[in-house]
Amino acid sequence: MDRPLRLITANPVDRLARVVEALLVVASQPLSVDDLAAATNDDPERIETALRLLGERYAEGRSGIVLERAAGGWAFRASREAAEACGRLFERPVERGLSAAAMETLAIVAYFGPCTRPDIARIRGVAADSVVAGLVERGLIAEAGRDAEAAGAIRYRTTPMFERVFGLESLAALPRLDDLGGDADVIRERLEAVAQQRSA
Amino acid sequence: MIVRELELDLDAFEGPFDLLLTLVLREELELAEVDVAEIVLAFCERLEDRGRLDLDACGEFLVLVAGLLELKARGLFPEEALELSELEPEEAAEELARRLADYRRMKDAAAWLSERLESESERFFRLGPAPLAPAVERQLAPQEPARLGAALRLLATEPPVLSLGHMALRFPPVSQFLERFRAVLRRRRRFDFESEVAGLSRVEAAVAFLAMLELRKAGEVSLEQASTFSPIRVLGTRAPKAKEGDESQWIARSA
Repeated sequence: MDRPLRLITANPVDRLARVVEALLVVASQPLSVDDLAAATNDDPERIETALRLLGERYAEGRSGIVLERAAGGWAFRASREAAEACGRLFERPVERGLSAAAMETLAIVAYFGPCTRPDIARIRGVAADSVVAGLVERGLIAEAGRDAEAAGAIRYRTTPMFERVFGLESLAALPRLDDLGGDADVIRERLEAVAQQRSA
Repeated sequence: MIVRELELDLDAFEGPFDLLLTLVLREELELAEVDVAEIVLAFCERLEDRGRLDLDACGEFLVLVAGLLELKARGLFPEEALELSELEPEEAAEELARRLADYRRMKDAAAWLSERLESESERFFRLGPAPLAPAVERQLAPQEPARLGAALRLLATEPPVLSLGHMALRFPPVSQFLERFRAVLRRRRRFDFESEVAGLSRVEAAVAFLAMLELRKAGEVSLEQASTFSPIRVLGTRAPKAKEGDESQWIARSA
């Protein structure tokens, strides 16, 4: 512990921090600054200050409860040192037994969503119906309207639960698309060489 | 090595390659669910096990898998088959490269997500039903009572009553047609039902038909029809007349 715990006093921001703390305890998914501002009827900037205060108090190594930024909001989770004990008592049903096909489908929906099942099938080369149904059931993806062009096919996007489970502050925390598929250029060159031979 | 006996263990199918082909051709197995890459891998492993290159088997396998892939591609993208067939080799290579690159990226992204899940396996948090954003009561802007009153008065006026009169079905009484048919039968012994109801509305014709059946039930007429949809001929009999008044209140609606 590098610094002594800051006492939460009667200072107005401290009072606000206590209310924010209470809201986060009751919530079962991340709350955004706007959610917190609306609930406390207070200013977003003061909410940010209160969250900084709470972040110091609920930090890894300092508390069993840790405040984290997740899925575009703020939420409490268990500290990593409690993980083993948590693992003995609690299941992780959302991510348990995700297949390789499910991971690929999740990646496609995360990067290209909202997208339809035919969009997913086009990239993976395999029908996506059962995988998509499984991911919807787990709550990792959800319906997001219909595609007017593709005969009203249902479109899917990832849920805040997806970001939470994978520990992402937002979808922007995913690796950049350009940084993935390093050998794609090699494939392209080989294919172009074959095409040139054929057309020659 | 006999390609058709290649044992497969796929997500969608388990058994010899030959059976897979049969099931696909009989449309008992959805080819879209079959991962063809897995079949190729199984074949390559089998070749590897044997330790020598069997060109006959390779040739046969290539033909079968190419056919399978073509079938699958047509099944997955029926509307694209046409536009893709018109592509020049360079364009086709470009399109294929683009799709392969997309897939390669998504495979990498999936691997990244798997690693991420592994590294995040120590994070435990509360899971609840979504969504849980508290429903915050929205504050209304200040309102003037007079304007509110005017708006309410506008809503409170009763809309004009719509007349549905033109939609009502009018059923003439059956007795009207009983009388009419009896009058006809007094003049001549037989008549054609169709010519008698010609020019009547659909509902009137239906009521006339009920009247005809009523006469038949009472034994006042007998009916003849050569075949389905041919004219119905009504013949008067000399049977006693049914009691008057019984049917005077008889209208189609009560049927």
